[in-house]
Amino acid sequence: MTAVFLVDDYTLRTVALGAVALGAVGGALGTFAVLRRQALVGDAISHAALPGVVLAYVLLGTKASQWLMLGAAVTGFAATLAVGGIVRTTRVKTDAALGIVLSVFFGVGLVLLTWVQRRPDASQAGLDRFLFGQAATVLRDDVVTIAVVGSLALAVVAVLWKQLKLLAFDAEFGASLGMRMHAVEIALTALLVVAIVIGLQMVGAVLMSAMIVAPAAAARQWTNRLGPMTLVAAGVGAAAGAIGAVASSEVERLPTGPTIVLVATAIVIGSFLVAPRGVLVRRLRARRARSRLAAHAVLADLAVLEDGHGGVAHGHPAATIGVMEEADATTALRGLEQDGLVRCDSEGNWSLTERGREEARRR
Amino acid sequence: MTQGQLEIQAIAVVTAVACALVGTFLVLRRQSLVSDAIGHSVLVGIALGFLVVGSTTSPLLLVAATLTGVVTVALVEVVTSTRLVKEDAAIGLVFPALFSIGVIVVSRYAEGVHLDTDAVLLGELAFAPFDRLEAWGWDFGPASLLLMGAVLAVDVVVVAILWKELKLSTFDPALALALGFAPVLLNYVLMTLVSVTAVGAFNAVGSILVVALMIAPPAAAYLLTDGLGRMTAIACGIGGASALAGYWLAVVLDASIAGCIAACCGIAFALAWALAPGRGLLAAARRRSRQRLEFAQAMLAIHLANHEGRPEAEVENRVAHLGEHLRWDREFADRVVRGAERRGLVVRSADALALTERGRTLAHDAVTR
Repeated sequence: MTAVFLVDDYTLRTVALGAVALGAVGGALGTFAVLRRQALVGDAISHAALPGVVLAYVLLGTKASQWLMLGAAVTGFAATLAVGGIVRTTRVKTDAALGIVLSVFFGVGLVLLTWVQRRPDASQAGLDRFLFGQAATVLRDDVVTIAVVGSLALAVVAVLWKQLKLLAFDAEFGASLGMRMHAVEIALTALLVVAIVIGLQMVGAVLMSAMIVAPAAAARQWTNRLGPMTLVAAGVGAAAGAIGAVASSEVERLPTGPTIVLVATAIVIGSFLVAPRGVLVRRLRARRARSRLAAHAVLADLAVLEDGHGGVAHGHPAATIGVMEEADATTALRGLEQDGLVRCDSEGNWSLTERGREEARRR
Repeated sequence: MTQGQLEIQAIAVVTAVACALVGTFLVLRRQSLVSDAIGHSVLVGIALGFLVVGSTTSPLLLVAATLTGVVTVALVEVVTSTRLVKEDAAIGLVFPALFSIGVIVVSRYAEGVHLDTDAVLLGELAFAPFDRLEAWGWDFGPASLLLMGAVLAVDVVVVAILWKELKLSTFDPALALALGFAPVLLNYVLMTLVSVTAVGAFNAVGSILVVALMIAPPAAAYLLTDGLGRMTAIACGIGGASALAGYWLAVVLDASIAGCIAACCGIAFALAWALAPGRGLLAAARRRSRQRLEFAQAMLAIHLANHEGRPEAEVENRVAHLGEHLRWDREFADRVVRGAERRGLVVRSADALALTERGRTLAHDAVTR
């Protein structure tokens, strides 16, 4: 059903392709933002894009999306410079600098938008789609722009791979090798701006930052290596884009942007639970370690009892061992029995087997 | 000025002061972006509250929205505590997800009702005076003014009662914990205040501009003073002034009031950034240029002391020669010499320079220090 739709429905195909492209680019670049603890820079950039969109419309008099994207990129980049400037030259910390820049830029954007909207002609209609995103208005040309610009951004990432890796993990070492880490940082910020700007139309300024953070946060749980993490993040972003776009077209009145974000969030939650670093795996591993430790202790207790009784193989009820361990020993004893290290006679008394004795001595 | 205009300004000022009051602590505790997170997730509280209550005016909506704000903070802390991602990423995951749920709920179940995402996000102060509280034949004034007044009162009372505790847990959380002040509980009290304030304010200025009101005035105040009491007062003053200036800017431009208030908050911060006494960009530039001159004057004194009483002194102590020896251009050399004369380090006769006793001491101190 879905597959048929995907091939047949022209609008859906356009939207889905665009969502896949922006998800992949956002995911790949988000990897670096998340690793550098700059997850919220994306939030500032996407909010700061609003005045750029309106300014581009006012100054250039066009609503062609590539020009609006250019305007968004200019103010988005200016916002990152402002954040950097505030943090470098004042004692205001990054969090407050981000808050100020994102809200003030957005406020200025709102002023410009309302000012433009009150002009007599109606040609400005539709600019506000950049606030919340409106996938239905995405055209084939827009998707081509997203794909071309996004591929360029990814190509730059490939070329600068070594430098970006150093920037993410050990910028000082990079600088000591003679690399101009400041220039690399500016390049990365510019790439991040590109990744955000191409998604604005579809997801909107308010939610675009999630497309930077979520795929990378999910990918981080599956691997400790930068290369695989970047690929997984791009894959998660693309998958979220595709599933979100399809779901929102299948179900009535399900807005595309929020749906894509929720799909990405669901993937993050899943990764948090079941990935190798995830909560469930960690809990399982802890439980296994605990039970192994308990078994060791019980085995040692039996050996001590045996020594106390002059080395004669002599059974003891589980309760005795329970008292020694100050815990119920039955589970641990059953586990050891399965491994053939202890045995239980007909009266419920436990004693070491030959192998169990060896094992206890060896430890 | 009409009564409506007065009322709008009153709402704006009360909102700004309430936001600046709680925002001061957010800025100092490096939790500024909590305001962003709460501002966005308020939508889902209002939307879900609307689904349950079926009305857009019920006070229960405000309770639901406030709870959502606190839940947002708790969720961020749960995600951070798994140590799977850092705190910034946790914030960046939680609030877009909640906001998305809010948008979906609104667009699926609340279409056609007076509840749209634009209103929550952007606010519309211009209509606030039309929504009035009338009871027993009396007109008590605009509902948002009464609401924000109550919110401000709660903020003031709680902050006043917990002043010492908040101060300590903000500046020295370890000591606060050691003294048994329960920093976690305090944090949730503060977060509840932030949430209540954000919920009250979104009506007036919209949820994104709540961030501007909560963060920019306290950050500006932070550049102007070192005392917490003074910082709080200045932040409230800047917030109130930005609200008034923003209102009139909006009247002149015929544009969004909330946007103009945010822009004015930005201008206030930029002014503090540039002009703050001792810390601003201007003060720093001045300090640098003064240090450069003082250093140059010391160089001049050392240069003259080196050649004093020697045969080459005739040539070396001429102002015109400094350019060659110290690599100063003529203009800078003149400035340095004039400054040194004023400080009584050198005396000039015709074009020749001679050290005074003070200048000799300075040169001696500078090279032997």
